[in-house]
Amino acid sequence: MARFLVRRVALGVFVMFVVTVVVFLIFYVGPGSADVARARAGRQATPAQVAAVARELMLNRPLYAQYWHFFWGQLLHGNLGTDYYHGQPVTTIIKQAFPITLSLALGAAVIWLVLGVLSGVLSAVRNRSIWDRIVTVLALFFYSMPSFVLGLLLLYIFYYQLTLAGVHLFPGAGYTYLTDNPVKWFQGLVLPWITLALISAAAYTRLTRGSMLDVMSEDYVRTARSKGLSERRVIYRHALRSALTPVVSQFGIDLGVLVGGAVITEKVFGMPGLGYTAVTAIENQDLPVIIGIVIVASAAVVVANILVDLFYAVLDPRVRLH
Amino acid sequence: MTLTPGDVASVPAEEEPGVGDEPEGEAARVIEGRSPWRLAYERLRHDRASMIALAIIVVIILMAIFAPVFATLTGHGVYQQFRTTGLSPAGLPVHPSGQFLFGTDDQGRDILVRVAYGARISLIVGVVATLLEVAIGTVLGLAAGYFGKVVDTVIARIIDIVLSIPFLLFAISLVSISHPSLTIVIVVIGVFGWAAVARVVRGQVLSLREKEYIEAARSLGAGSWRIMFVDILPNIVAPIIVYASLLIPVTIVIEASLSYLGIGVPPPTADWGTMISGAQQLYQQAWWYLFFPSAALLVTTVAFNIFGDGLRDALDPRSNQLFT
Repeated sequence: MARFLVRRVALGVFVMFVVTVVVFLIFYVGPGSADVARARAGRQATPAQVAAVARELMLNRPLYAQYWHFFWGQLLHGNLGTDYYHGQPVTTIIKQAFPITLSLALGAAVIWLVLGVLSGVLSAVRNRSIWDRIVTVLALFFYSMPSFVLGLLLLYIFYYQLTLAGVHLFPGAGYTYLTDNPVKWFQGLVLPWITLALISAAAYTRLTRGSMLDVMSEDYVRTARSKGLSERRVIYRHALRSALTPVVSQFGIDLGVLVGGAVITEKVFGMPGLGYTAVTAIENQDLPVIIGIVIVASAAVVVANILVDLFYAVLDPRVRLH
Repeated sequence: MTLTPGDVASVPAEEEPGVGDEPEGEAARVIEGRSPWRLAYERLRHDRASMIALAIIVVIILMAIFAPVFATLTGHGVYQQFRTTGLSPAGLPVHPSGQFLFGTDDQGRDILVRVAYGARISLIVGVVATLLEVAIGTVLGLAAGYFGKVVDTVIARIIDIVLSIPFLLFAISLVSISHPSLTIVIVVIGVFGWAAVARVVRGQVLSLREKEYIEAARSLGAGSWRIMFVDILPNIVAPIIVYASLLIPVTIVIEASLSYLGIGVPPPTADWGTMISGAQQLYQQAWWYLFFPSAALLVTTVAFNIFGDGLRDALDPRSNQLFT
C-alpha cells in the first residue's frame, strides 16, 4: 500500500509538472515574447513599462530560464501576480472563488453518485421491468443534455415561473457564503447542484447498470444465493462491491470533467466561482488570473484523483499489486 | 495466410476482442454466408428506435445542407436584422408568428433560419473533431498496444495525464491566446479528446497482439506497420465505429459549450451555443429565443446517442446492456 501511495503521488507531482509546462507554453511562449510582455503590462502601459515587464519575466533569456523563473520564482512561492483591473493579488481572488466551486462540486458529486448508483442498481436488479425502461430512457435523455440547457430550463421553471406564481424558493443568480447564511447558501445551490448532478448521474446509471448486470451473472453471486443469503444481502454486500470498482475509477477520470461542468454551471447561475472568474478573466484578457485558476484547478483535480485512487485500492485489492 | 481487405473487413463482429470463444454460437447461425457486417445491418434495420433516430439525424443533415433554402423560402437572410418587423417597439424579440415561425432574436434576426444554419456548425465540428480524435487516438493506441515496453509506458502516461487535466479550462486557455475560430475549436477538441479513444484501442490491441494469426503474419515476414494497420486495425474497426458514433454527440455538446462561453465559433455566425448564450439574458421575455436552439441541440444529441447505442447492439449482439 505504501509503495502504491508513493507511486501515485509521484505520478501526481509529474502531472502537475506537465501542467505547469503546458501553461507556460500556452501563455509565455505561444503568443511570442513581444506580445507576452505587452499583454502582461496591461492595456495602458508605456513602452518603458512593457520593457520593464519583459525584464521582470526574463523574456530575453533562454526558455528554460524563463520557465524556471515562472516555476520557482512565482508558482512555488505562491506568487501568482496581481490582476490587471483592481491590482488584487490572484491568490486572494482564488481564495474567494474556491469555496464556491468546492460547494458546488462536492454537493453535485454526492448527489450524482447516490442517484446514479441507486438508479443503476435498481435498473439492473429489475432488468427489463418498467422501472428499468423508465430509468434507461431518462438516463439517455439526461446523458444527451448539455448542462447549460438543463440549467436554463431549471431557471425558467423553478426561478422564473415560481417567482411569477409568487413563490421565492430559489434565487436567479449569485452565491451566499455558508458562513453568512446557511439557508440561503443551500437555496442558492439546489438548482446548480441538480444541473451538474443530473447529467453526470445519467452516465453513472448506465455504467452501474452495465457493471451490475455483468456481476450478477457471475458464479460467486449464484454461490451466495445458493447459500441462502437474502437477495438484499447478495445485491448490496456481494454484487455491488465489485460492481462499484469501474464506477469509482470512472469517477476519478470525471473529476476533471466536474471542474469543466462547474465552469458552465457557474456561468449559467452567475456564481462567482473559479470557472466563472476564469471565463470573465478571458473576456478581459486578464492573464495572471487565468493562469492562476488553471494551475489551482488542475492541482485540485490531481489531489482529488489521488484520493479516489486510494479509495479504489481499498475497494479492489488487485489494484495495489499492479 | 494473406488477408485481402475484403476478407478482413468481414471479420470484426466475430473477432470482437475480449469475447473469448462465445461467438461460436453466433457464427453457427451465420452459415448461409452472410457477412457479420450484413448481419449487423439487418439487426440495426429491425431496431425501431435506432431507425427513428437515424431518420432524425438525416433530417438534421438535410436541414444543414439546405439551410439557404430556409433563407430563400422565408426571405430572411441569416445575418439580416429586421429592426422594424423583427423587434417590438421596446426593442425586444418578437413572438413566433406567420412571418417568423420561430420568432426573432435580440437583433431581430429570424431564429428559424439561424437554427437551420446552426446545424452546419454543430455537424461539421461534431464529425470533423470526432474524426480527428479517433485518428489520433487510434494511431497512438495501436502503437502503444502493439509495440509495448517503453512506447506503451510513454503513451499510457500521456493518456493518463490528458485524461486527468480539466479539459475545459485548458481549452479556454488555448482559445484565449488565439482568436476563436472554427478551426481552433476543432483542433482544441481533437488535441484534448483523443486520449479516451487511445485507451480503448490500446486495450483492444493488447488482447489481439498475442493471437496466432498475428504470429503467422509476422513469420511470413510482415512488418510492424503492415501488422498494425492491415492485420490488427480491421479487427478493431467495430468497437472504434461504435465509440466514434457515441463520441459525436459528446463533441457537439463540447462545441456548443465553448460557444456558450463565448470562446467557440465567433458571432455573427449562427451557432446553437451562441444563440442560447444570447437568449440567457432574455429568457424571461422571449422563451422562444431560448427554446428553439436548445431543442435543436437536444434533439440532435439524443438522436446520435440512440443511434450509437443501436449501432453498438447491432455490431455486438452479445451485449444486452448499455455501453459503459
